[in-house]
Amino acid sequence: MVSILDIIGPVMVGPSSSHTAGACRLGLIARDLVAGTPESALIELHGSFARTGEGHGTDKAIVGGLFGFRPDDERLRDSLQILEKEGLDWRFEKTTLGDEPEVHPNTVRITVKRQHRHHVMLGASLGAGRIKVSQIDGYPVEVDGSHHTIVMVAEDVKGSIARIAGILSDAGVNIATLRLSRKHRGGDAFMVIEVDEQPGEEVRDALRALPWVRWTHRIDKVGG
Amino acid sequence: MYGSLHDAIRDAEARGVSLATAALALEARDQGRPVAEIREALARALAVMRHAVEQGLTGDLRSNSGLVGGDAAKLRTGPAGPLAGTLFRDVLMRALAVQEVNAAMGVIVAAPTAGGAGVLPAVILGIARDKGLGDEVLIDALATAGLIGAVVAQRASLSGAEGGCQAETGAAAGMAAGAATQMLGGTPSMVGHAVALAQQGTLGLVCDPLGGLVELPCVFRNATGAAIALAAVEMAMAGITFAIPADEVIDTMGEIGREMDVRYRETAGGGLAATPTGRKLSRERLVQIRRS
Repeated sequence: MVSILDIIGPVMVGPSSSHTAGACRLGLIARDLVAGTPESALIELHGSFARTGEGHGTDKAIVGGLFGFRPDDERLRDSLQILEKEGLDWRFEKTTLGDEPEVHPNTVRITVKRQHRHHVMLGASLGAGRIKVSQIDGYPVEVDGSHHTIVMVAEDVKGSIARIAGILSDAGVNIATLRLSRKHRGGDAFMVIEVDEQPGEEVRDALRALPWVRWTHRIDKVGG
Repeated sequence: MYGSLHDAIRDAEARGVSLATAALALEARDQGRPVAEIREALARALAVMRHAVEQGLTGDLRSNSGLVGGDAAKLRTGPAGPLAGTLFRDVLMRALAVQEVNAAMGVIVAAPTAGGAGVLPAVILGIARDKGLGDEVLIDALATAGLIGAVVAQRASLSGAEGGCQAETGAAAGMAAGAATQMLGGTPSMVGHAVALAQQGTLGLVCDPLGGLVELPCVFRNATGAAIALAAVEMAMAGITFAIPADEVIDTMGEIGREMDVRYRETAGGGLAATPTGRKLSRERLVQIRRS
């Protein structure tokens, strides 16, 4: 859903809402996947990101996002110098991930590692600072960063939604939207749950403890 | 948010309210937040817009590449042209100012995007100053601009990479024209005509930044985008109507954007970016950025 405040905003460091602010938000989400500053990162730029990213500060913005800087943080300007000083193993590559319309021209694949965590996400910057993460660890997701979001792959068992809703409700977390899909009856169910309150670690742990949950992630709101 | 200006205008006129009131009520419902909270967020955006204008007019800003900067100040203090001292020149100056701040990685409000961020503040702040209009009127103007931008986002695109510059400074011109028409007392349907009049004048506009930098021609396209917005406001306020409804003009922009060759969509592969001078300047400037 597009809102007035998506359009009149974000307040951001220039020069490009798609190549700078959107790129920063994608970096923030990748950071979230490993719950902190990645020890190593591979940032693969596709399309317009690859061709014009340098001039738009896309590299600075993604790096800034990975450091946890938000789109209006003036440190984005200096993020590459900060990276050099920190001496982390973060690399950029230009790549081709497919054709339009399947792959948006402003797409990036980010592979991040920190301690035992290792994740890959595919995301695009849609314009006006809006983003869409379309894949995490190979699973199709649709995360736009406008809400705190829980993504989950679970076995298709009866009552699973009720259990999940119960855990969230016990933690005082209200569900804003819920999308559920599965390939076939009894196959893996894929869930994207957008929530109003930020779910704590205990929620993630409770969800991970469910025997039929194969994979789950909590992604914090990054804008909107 | 409304998916068409037609629905928004019909709703506002049926209830006898402004488009801003109708849009804010819907936004409040969509977001589950009180209208006052949304107005506060818009007031913060307004403050950032004002600050960016001031910074651009007084600061000595240079972009990373050194390709743009200092031109807003020329309009402020430079030799008088035929339009010196007019609202028109004042608006052009503000549009350049915000984009110069943007190119220098300063803080701006993307409205709707960073590349088109100069048009809306230039037009509404210029008109507010000229006519002595206060912040509440400006916040209403931002709400209506947000509505117009949301309709464009849903029906077409707000990304230069998807739709060319018509989707950035073009959409901004439509937003600014509609917002300013409302500020000046235009009815919701006059706002619709202002949007159509502005956006018809930017159809087909390509996104061809030198070296892919949001600098040249972007800074100047914000000034010309603001000029188109003023032209549309003047016509709409005189009661001129545009026969093709704004929604259909917006749909046309989307259609043209989808058909536009990739060279003209922010890739620096065509247009001014691919001219002999454009190529030469981009090479030189990108080398300079890498060194900086």
